[in-house]
Amino acid sequence: MDALRGILTRIVTTAITLFGVAVIVFAVIRIAPGDPIAMMLPPGASDEDIARLRALYGLDKSIVEQFFIWLGNVLHGDFGTSISIRQNVLGIVLGRLPATLELSFLALIIASTIGVGLAYLATRYRETAAEGTVDVINGIALSVPDFLWGLALILTFGVAWPIFEISGRVSPTLDLPFTSNFYLLESLVRFRFDITLNLLSHMIMPAIALALPLAAVISQLLKSSLKETMNQDYVMLARTKGFPESRVIARDAMRNAILPTMTLTGVQLTFLIGGTVIIERLFSYEGLGNLAIDAVINRDLPLIQGIVLLFAVLFVAINLIVDLLYTLLNPRLRHG
Amino acid sequence: MLSRRDLMKHGAAGAAILAAGLKPLSVSAQGDELTIAYNVNLPSFDPTVGLSAVNPTIQGIYQSIFDMYIGQKPDLSFEPGILTEWGWNDDKTKVSMTVREGATWHDGSPVTPEDIVWSLERAGNPETGNPIQFVWSKIGNFAIDGNVVTADVKEFEPTLFKWMAFLTGYVMPKAYYEKVGPEGFEKAPVGCGPYKVEQFERNAFLKLSAHEDYWGGAPAYKSVIIKFVPDATSRVAEVEAGKSQVAFDMSYEEFDRLKAKSGLNGVTTPISDIAMIFINDVEPMTDKNVRQAAAFAINKQLLIDRLLSGYGVAIDTLQAPEYAAFDPDTVVGYDPDKAVALLKASGFSTENPVKFKIQTTRGFKPKDYEMIQAIVGMWRKVGIEAEIEVYEIAKHFELRAADQLAPAAFYNWGNSIGDPATSTGFAMFGPSPHSVWDGQEMIDMIGPLWGEPDDEKRIAGYRAVDKKIAEDALAIPLLQYVQPIVYADGIDVTPNVSGAVLPYRMKPSA
Repeated sequence: MDALRGILTRIVTTAITLFGVAVIVFAVIRIAPGDPIAMMLPPGASDEDIARLRALYGLDKSIVEQFFIWLGNVLHGDFGTSISIRQNVLGIVLGRLPATLELSFLALIIASTIGVGLAYLATRYRETAAEGTVDVINGIALSVPDFLWGLALILTFGVAWPIFEISGRVSPTLDLPFTSNFYLLESLVRFRFDITLNLLSHMIMPAIALALPLAAVISQLLKSSLKETMNQDYVMLARTKGFPESRVIARDAMRNAILPTMTLTGVQLTFLIGGTVIIERLFSYEGLGNLAIDAVINRDLPLIQGIVLLFAVLFVAINLIVDLLYTLLNPRLRHG
Repeated sequence: MLSRRDLMKHGAAGAAILAAGLKPLSVSAQGDELTIAYNVNLPSFDPTVGLSAVNPTIQGIYQSIFDMYIGQKPDLSFEPGILTEWGWNDDKTKVSMTVREGATWHDGSPVTPEDIVWSLERAGNPETGNPIQFVWSKIGNFAIDGNVVTADVKEFEPTLFKWMAFLTGYVMPKAYYEKVGPEGFEKAPVGCGPYKVEQFERNAFLKLSAHEDYWGGAPAYKSVIIKFVPDATSRVAEVEAGKSQVAFDMSYEEFDRLKAKSGLNGVTTPISDIAMIFINDVEPMTDKNVRQAAAFAINKQLLIDRLLSGYGVAIDTLQAPEYAAFDPDTVVGYDPDKAVALLKASGFSTENPVKFKIQTTRGFKPKDYEMIQAIVGMWRKVGIEAEIEVYEIAKHFELRAADQLAPAAFYNWGNSIGDPATSTGFAMFGPSPHSVWDGQEMIDMIGPLWGEPDDEKRIAGYRAVDKKIAEDALAIPLLQYVQPIVYADGIDVTPNVSGAVLPYRMKPSA
């Protein structure tokens, strides 16, 4: 009964959150400077031309009227038509979402691998030069913003030692036999590893640029948790049983220490997805972030609303998943 | 069991294999294939409706896929396109257009006079969302006789045929569009230009193949990939790493560095895009002395030399040298002493400066903000204290349409047909939503020119308008931009004054 109440509460708060986001986004992008119609005005347009264009895009009504029309349509699955692309917003946004999700999850995998690896090293060789080196690496990774990592990677592995592609998601020369926009996933499922490698050659640099700051966060937090855990009784017991230190860290200490890190990683993942806006632009990657910048430049109000709302849904969903995972993995919550 | 040493060994080997496998599949130009790093994304394929239709930077892509009614040479002069002949009758009540024989759409069907009529009627229909509808609707009642289309002139528009080589002046396929509708057209566009659309990945690339039956001759490059790389640093990296063979619109410093590199070349050309300062007729700009002082105090050549590495052409009117109404005799010199004297006459000095705000974009055009910073520095020396406000270009459009720009506002004005009506006319005619100068004198001078049937008289009239603008400093033209293009060895690139980067005008060098 309690669980059901919890789920219902969660659904209601999620709905309120999304409604709040919708209201704020709608209001903010209309208050923000820039009128899409003014951008479209050709030389010589008369007042009548302006009024005609405004009516054509539904911008001749009051903001409140526009909001409720938009909200009513959204509830029916109609997010409107993009002013610049002139296609259905939901279709455009859902078409680009897989690219951003694949990039974000690749970045998450890289960040987790590096972060956990560094934390393990720092714990295994704690109070030695190795721990200090890990701290320095973390400090550098954290203090350099992701777009600067992107630039450094482009110059190093795109120009000086050109082993990775600089722009795009996949080479235009390839024929893609895919039915979905989850290219990476589908290439793996279809055993088209030539395409997988090509995709990775495009995705690896933006993914690393996104991953490095998150890797540092994971590493720092996990290292602290591990160091605390290493003094727990059950870890001491494992040691007295004669297990090697590496096994004690990896099997006994890591299991408990990883829980707070996982929660934080979930929260950080939402920031990572937010970071795709700049990184996708830099690498001309065909995801939501790149699309969002164009939408803002063009003052494409329906498209901006659609993208932001989708980002909000993503964030809410990720937080929900993290909460559920935490409950599943934490025995005290699971049995409590 | 796998030891740690084994793991490291296998891991290193695996990484090496992965790195080898990740090597790019496509790199440099392969004979008849060309890759261009383009500076903007392509939002939509229909070149006649919506925002993209009036975006000058996209026109090069459109012109690769679609033909314009009337063509344009690299120097902006006009040439036959899908129309081979065009003109007015003696009393300018009718237009006549001869449609080219032998032109075909990408699906192989012929371009017909019906296509021309349908395209023009659609463009003039307010419901289709053509932003230039106000021009196209000035002709109607079309008739077809063989290959000749005639129409009645509802309202005389002297620049009508020039618009046929300008924004939204594209011929569209009647039968195909009616068959597939707007959404189908966006998915699989068909034009009659030199290239066909093969594949489009939004925000990533556009793959084109040669239209072998193109009436102007098959393109030299059989396959063209346009990569959308809006970030200038990435564009530079693309061409430097050999992953694109042509890139343009990078900083001039990067242009100079790249063209000095082995295997790369550079070409620059002044384009139909000028930098200017709009003057709004609000205080203190209603004082002629203040305006003139602001104009005389600016050393344009210094701006070009110091900020744009010498790439730019100083101008004194809103007409660039390639435009129809350019008058080399209208000159506003750099004269800071005169600026001081003018300000003194109005009671201002360096101790008691005249104060106003100047708005500018930052990063929208090369060194825009830095240019305004330098100008503010020049003004300070003569007794003008200007406060800089940075805004986004969208805000500029909004403020200009509402006539609410600051007393001074930096902007760039493109005019790829070079007609004074589409530069001076619209920028300085008070009732135009693009003008913030509402003075009656300008309205009286420009007003009669809108419908002037004698073209020589019209152009002369605009020269007089530009002279008046220069004398009274009603706007401050600064410079004509220069477009830098970097390209790999083995390619001949013909730059266009319009600024359109056209793969059709590129070919393997002999």
